[in-house]
Amino acid sequence: MHESWRTALVLGALLAAGCAAQAGRETEETRESQAIVSPTDRADPYPSTYHPAPSEPTLIRGATVLTGTGVRLDGADVLMADGKIVAVGPGLEAPAGARIIDAQGRWVTPGIIDVHSHLGVYPTPAVRAHSDGNEATSPTTAEVWAEHGVWPQDPGFATALAGGVTTLQILPGSANLIGGRSVVLKNVPAATTQAMKFPGAPYGLKMACGENPKRVYGGRSQTPSTRMGNVAGYRKQWIEAQEYLRSWERYAKKLANGDEDAEPPKRDLRLDTLAAALKGEILVHHHCYRADEMAIVLDMAREFGYRLAAFHHAIEAYKIANLLADAKVCVATWADWWGFKMESYDGIPENIALVDAAQGGCVIVHSDSEEGIQRLNQEAGKAIAHARRIGIEIPPERAITWITANAARVLGIDDRTGTLEPGKMADVVVWNRNPFSVYALADLVFIDGHLHYDRAASDEKPRSDFLLGRKDRPLNGVLAGGAR
Amino acid sequence: MKRLTSLLALAACFASMSAPAATLIRNATVHTLTSAGTLENTDVLIDKGRIAEIGRGLRAPDGAEIIDAAGRPLTPGLFGGLGHLGLLEIGLEPPAADARFGLGAMRPEFDVTLAYNPDSAAVEVNRAAGITFAMLMPSPAGDSGPRGGSILTGQGGIVTLDAGLEPLARAMFVDLGGDASALSGGSRAAQFMLLEQAFTEARTPDLLRAGDPRQLTPIGRRTLRTYLERGGPFVFHVDRAADILQVIAFARREKLRAVITGGAEAWRVARELAAADVPVVLAPLDNLPQNFDQVGATLENAARLHAAGVRVAFSLRDTEPHNIRKIRQAAGNAVAHGLPWEAGLAAITRVPAEVFGVGDRMGSIAVGRPADLVLWSGDPLEVTSLADHVFIGGEPQPLETRQTELRDRYLDRVRRGAAR
Repeated sequence: MHESWRTALVLGALLAAGCAAQAGRETEETRESQAIVSPTDRADPYPSTYHPAPSEPTLIRGATVLTGTGVRLDGADVLMADGKIVAVGPGLEAPAGARIIDAQGRWVTPGIIDVHSHLGVYPTPAVRAHSDGNEATSPTTAEVWAEHGVWPQDPGFATALAGGVTTLQILPGSANLIGGRSVVLKNVPAATTQAMKFPGAPYGLKMACGENPKRVYGGRSQTPSTRMGNVAGYRKQWIEAQEYLRSWERYAKKLANGDEDAEPPKRDLRLDTLAAALKGEILVHHHCYRADEMAIVLDMAREFGYRLAAFHHAIEAYKIANLLADAKVCVATWADWWGFKMESYDGIPENIALVDAAQGGCVIVHSDSEEGIQRLNQEAGKAIAHARRIGIEIPPERAITWITANAARVLGIDDRTGTLEPGKMADVVVWNRNPFSVYALADLVFIDGHLHYDRAASDEKPRSDFLLGRKDRPLNGVLAGGAR
Repeated sequence: MKRLTSLLALAACFASMSAPAATLIRNATVHTLTSAGTLENTDVLIDKGRIAEIGRGLRAPDGAEIIDAAGRPLTPGLFGGLGHLGLLEIGLEPPAADARFGLGAMRPEFDVTLAYNPDSAAVEVNRAAGITFAMLMPSPAGDSGPRGGSILTGQGGIVTLDAGLEPLARAMFVDLGGDASALSGGSRAAQFMLLEQAFTEARTPDLLRAGDPRQLTPIGRRTLRTYLERGGPFVFHVDRAADILQVIAFARREKLRAVITGGAEAWRVARELAAADVPVVLAPLDNLPQNFDQVGATLENAARLHAAGVRVAFSLRDTEPHNIRKIRQAAGNAVAHGLPWEAGLAAITRVPAEVFGVGDRMGSIAVGRPADLVLWSGDPLEVTSLADHVFIGGEPQPLETRQTELRDRYLDRVRRGAAR
């Protein structure tokens, strides 16, 4: 159930990630009391209520550590306390009362981050009542927010956790040119989506190129029915968003000039999101397969002065790997998926390696799948093998960045997670072996220092409410068979 | 490596014009999938398209190509599962997609293998990844849209991934359970009623009177009767534990040779499956309740069935043919979740070959068998291993594909910093 038409990516603005994150926090904490003079001034009306679960100081000893910064340390320790990474290196001392984990022969990595998931909005069971990922009633639905459709009881969150996933971006689907806002979640069990929201993470905007929007709307004799219509559709929206920003600027100027009767522009949910994307406060993620379409989108981003965080799927990124690297746009893609639609026909299993090989290239392995998200490490392993065949040797300490640090960067949270550096969130996975093996299993998964998953202990595994009452035993049904 | 693959391509070219030259693979770790087990430091001689000798220190015939395996694993060619290989180029483009069929009524005479295109890009891509045989499977029309097919979806067959068009063995496919209830008047209970009517029509056509409603055409009755007489396998796509029990009972009543595919909850009726000797072709990565028929899905399905003595083979859940090479990874995951390694390899070689009636010619390595072989860079179930040499009927298969041509066209541009 990869991509298909439900997956839409959006094109988004990128920013220096830390900057965007800073803006996010400011929004929450300080702007409530001030006058709203810009559509991006409002505090998040659906704020995160996530709080790290209690944790004890923990020392992981003697592991092969991939820090996510491109470094591999053999026989190294990782110390966590108060939900943060304290130190990484050989021979660390355990604080009094610390839990000590012997990880000899095991590997430790940052928590895995998936930048492209539809868990919660297309949950299992995939019944019609659960289809909440595509507001396919208009080609532009920038006004919808994925978090308003996330079902926290999706059993897929727990199976992703067993694959080491600690953070994930939930995107609207790709039926629309502009599908709506994404939300970044911490992969913790919760009864509400707000209790999973990654505190202060910037929002994303999902956009989609190519076949999906034109098929959905062309099939209804609506625009867009062609790729021309797709691009015209985006541009009209950006023009409206620019005008919306100008109307707010005029209003701000009037206020500044002491005009107390100045009327604020009429609030528009759709344009609130698009304006924030233009200003770089919402990160733009664009689902796009073909090289030619990605090049058009890069030009469009220049035309309207916004920045893209990443192209998603990007099956043909290898054809323009240097162009994408120069534009500082990351590529989030699969290891070997191809051919399921015309625009994916030119997929090759060296795509990841070639994007990574370009000078300045930034690549991410994503899932777009409740199955793939459980084994992003294996997907990276396949890319390593195909790279080796063309003479490119990718060491584990580099491959891990594809599913940790680079992913954190495009989500604008790389100042807080994605690597094992002191001060960062203690989002940590202990693997039973080299994680790029098909036999690798996550033994322990920590989120903000709390042990959320322990493979060996049945009570340390989250389980969706939906699965309570499941019959985990033989059916013992009796049927006579034979003649009736 | 590039030169080597070019040589192989050239060899394949010559081979297609004349009898394949002999090839001696030296010093391999040979996973025979027979009672001989795994043979270390062993040579395999391929001659006249067949496995001529297996042993240590074999002498190379004059002019034979010699491959030093240096201990690398040699396995039978892999099974690509049940799906639409060569039956569609692009699933979303109807003129390039022939796997789905729906004329409303049951048509057991529908034979999807007639649409098989060995020139499909998916055939060469997966062959270069070590897949040498697959089961072509028909599906009901509009699996993901309006339904137009019937629960008896028609015949498929085993093909090898060379240029051969003729299926080596056939299977009849039946779609059951919740996903198929739209094809049976809205209730899965009616599925057995419809099948029973069709089987009765086929076996005792004299019962029919003019004007009786009927499930089958005259040709369909003859086809199904002949198929039943020959004892061919009926492949039931079904997931729910209770439905699997109903299939076992139905097969016993109708004296059918049943195979279960899907089988997400098969582990819950492992004892009954073992007792009835009904094999299961399951998707090892299934572990989420995609629907209410699959609530019991678990990564330990294969391990539990195997432990109970059920014959287990693998397929991917998705019928999309492009990436069936992923079956190795699926098998590796089953091993990571408790299945013995040898059973994981058997589930994509020997077991499916035996289940579908071609166990005497593929799925294992033994003297006299057609030489369908793969030499791997490492553990064949490991994601970081790739196929180094692929043989079908003794012929070296090209590792160059449309995908490697695309790769090589752009590789140098990336390295030169061009394509800006």
